[in-house]
Amino acid sequence: MKKTYKIEVDCANCAAKMEHAANAVEGVAKATVSFMTQKMSVEFAEGAEPGPTMQKVLAACKKVEDDCEIYGV
Amino acid sequence: MTKKQKRALYQILAALALLVVIALAPLPLPDFLLYLVPYLVVGWDVLRKALKGIKNRQPFDECFLMAVATVGAFALGEYAEGCAVMLFYQIGELFQSVAVGRSRKSIAALMDIRPDSANLENPDGSFEAVDPDEVEVGSVIVIQPGERVPIDGVVIEGSSALDTAALTGESLPRDVGPGAEVVSGCVNLTGLLRVKTSREFGESTVSKILDLVENSSMKKARAENFITRFARVYTPAVCYGALALAVVPPLVLTLLGQPAAFGDWVYRALTFLVISCPCALVISIPLSFFGGIGGASRCGILVKGSTYLEELSRTGIVVFDKTGTLTRGVFEVAEIHPAEGVNPDTLVEAAALAESYSNHPIAQSLRRACKAPLDPARVSNVEERGGYGITAQVDGRTVAVGNARLMESLGLTLPKSDSAVGTVVHVALEGRYAGSLAIRDTLKPTSAKAIASLRKAGVRKTVMLTGDNEATARAVAGELGISEYHAGLLPGDKVDQIETLLAQKSPKERLAFVGDGINDAPVLSRADLGIAMGALGSDAAIEAADIVLMDDDPARIALAIQISRRTCSIVYQNIVFALGVKALCLILGALGLAGMWLAIFADVGVMVLAVLNATRALYTADLVRKAGKNP
Repeated sequence: MKKTYKIEVDCANCAAKMEHAANAVEGVAKATVSFMTQKMSVEFAEGAEPGPTMQKVLAACKKVEDDCEIYGV
Repeated sequence: MTKKQKRALYQILAALALLVVIALAPLPLPDFLLYLVPYLVVGWDVLRKALKGIKNRQPFDECFLMAVATVGAFALGEYAEGCAVMLFYQIGELFQSVAVGRSRKSIAALMDIRPDSANLENPDGSFEAVDPDEVEVGSVIVIQPGERVPIDGVVIEGSSALDTAALTGESLPRDVGPGAEVVSGCVNLTGLLRVKTSREFGESTVSKILDLVENSSMKKARAENFITRFARVYTPAVCYGALALAVVPPLVLTLLGQPAAFGDWVYRALTFLVISCPCALVISIPLSFFGGIGGASRCGILVKGSTYLEELSRTGIVVFDKTGTLTRGVFEVAEIHPAEGVNPDTLVEAAALAESYSNHPIAQSLRRACKAPLDPARVSNVEERGGYGITAQVDGRTVAVGNARLMESLGLTLPKSDSAVGTVVHVALEGRYAGSLAIRDTLKPTSAKAIASLRKAGVRKTVMLTGDNEATARAVAGELGISEYHAGLLPGDKVDQIETLLAQKSPKERLAFVGDGINDAPVLSRADLGIAMGALGSDAAIEAADIVLMDDDPARIALAIQISRRTCSIVYQNIVFALGVKALCLILGALGLAGMWLAIFADVGVMVLAVLNATRALYTADLVRKAGKNP
């Protein structure tokens, strides 16, 4: 399953860091962050629940970039 | 400007004002305290973020670097420089944020084809504006002049001209009348239209295109991935470099019994830190690609991701499907060869009448070729003979229309003919041979130019694949100047041909396949790059292809390649420029030849220049002009 979330992040490098962090989260098959469109698209691993997984993704992203925001989590 | 940007601007202005006051009116206070005030005004956020980063064990971010560098400068007594570094850093950040926001907006404006509302017609004839999402399939909507077509549908009343520029880049309006399909995203220019919707909003062309454009940045180019990976290594590496620079030389000097000059080396190390921010690189690459994709979409070329733009720039072989791509896919009677003593008009009329009940494309072309009105009542006893043709009674006379085999079965001998280009239809009247008609698919007017400009753009080989016969393929290939063709192919054979071509090409170049999106989805996906043309209103093409040309002009392919080449060259310029300047400044900094001022330029200045360079990718007008001028 694939879902796209609107995000807010200030710098391009921070977006890259968010992407890296999100990809390390369990339950995420592949995450892509686009700084230009301010979107994060997440492909969930089989059997992973998007809700709780995204909570973990948000926590992981907050850790690398304090100012970021993921909407609709 | 957003709220955040405004606040940053005020902080910068306040700090600047404070610095001017300090410079002009020396107060009887120690410098440290004087400079601390503007420093904190402009840099408080950075310090706060740096502390948070340390707490979260993510120390190597730019805030941390700036914090260490400026605090270090203060510790060394370089108050003015510490302040200035922070100030310029913030100015750079603000500029970046504004520039990126701008180009994002201008690209979004290019693709701003989202309709706000649809005028749903009520049973009593009045209409009300509703959300396009709420309109059900089969409803009747009213589109007034000046409004955007919100949902795909068919005109049931009214005629008008539609501006399709936002979708195709084509500036000539398209005329529509009752029965015509209208595609969402076009602008209704002149007349009121009543349209019966044929799709839901979510399934309409406009939604598909918006979806495609918005997701295009998800498929990242190799250059983009390279830079993010590089940035992850670069920053820590420079930080350790800075640490080494602060510690090792003084130690070595001390061991050698010379003065350590500790402060000097720390200052050089701090310079290192300022240069280490990778933002110029990380921002300018996706910005360039995003600009290139935006500029291309303004020309009616939709690119599904920056990776495809990168691949497109390396195109060496372009393979065309003939029908619908280089030709119109519409059959027309091209040659009339009446037998001796037969009037050409009689020949065409007889053939057209005999075929008047058939829906075959060839029958349709015969009917179109006939100038006289056709009355099906004149035709009787129609007999279709599969694989041969048709026999019928027209005005009481026996007419046979079909291929050579039909004529032979009627015991007629055909005159020798060498022009077997296209499909040849023979006609017999009352058992006597009356002549033949050659029916051909017509070339698009821009096809020859398209092939020529591809060659000029450095495409090594053009190949045409077709299911038509050898003679037709040879004629078309010759006329257009295509270097290689393969005729008589079944749809499955086309994939095999692509496989063969892929095996032959050099590993660096890319093979693009251009099709009209009908029946060639497997080939589109097998090629390195699938390009679908004339995709306006065709979902299948939009789904299957990597690059979608909204109108059916093959000359756009060369334009697309040119846009991709320029975008990629901007990307490489930025990579080389940013890395080069940073490397140079790092060396100069280590040698003590570059102070913090140069370091600030290496950081902020390079970023500003790279961002400005990146926005060039958005402007494709000159390429379009050039493409239009050179035949």
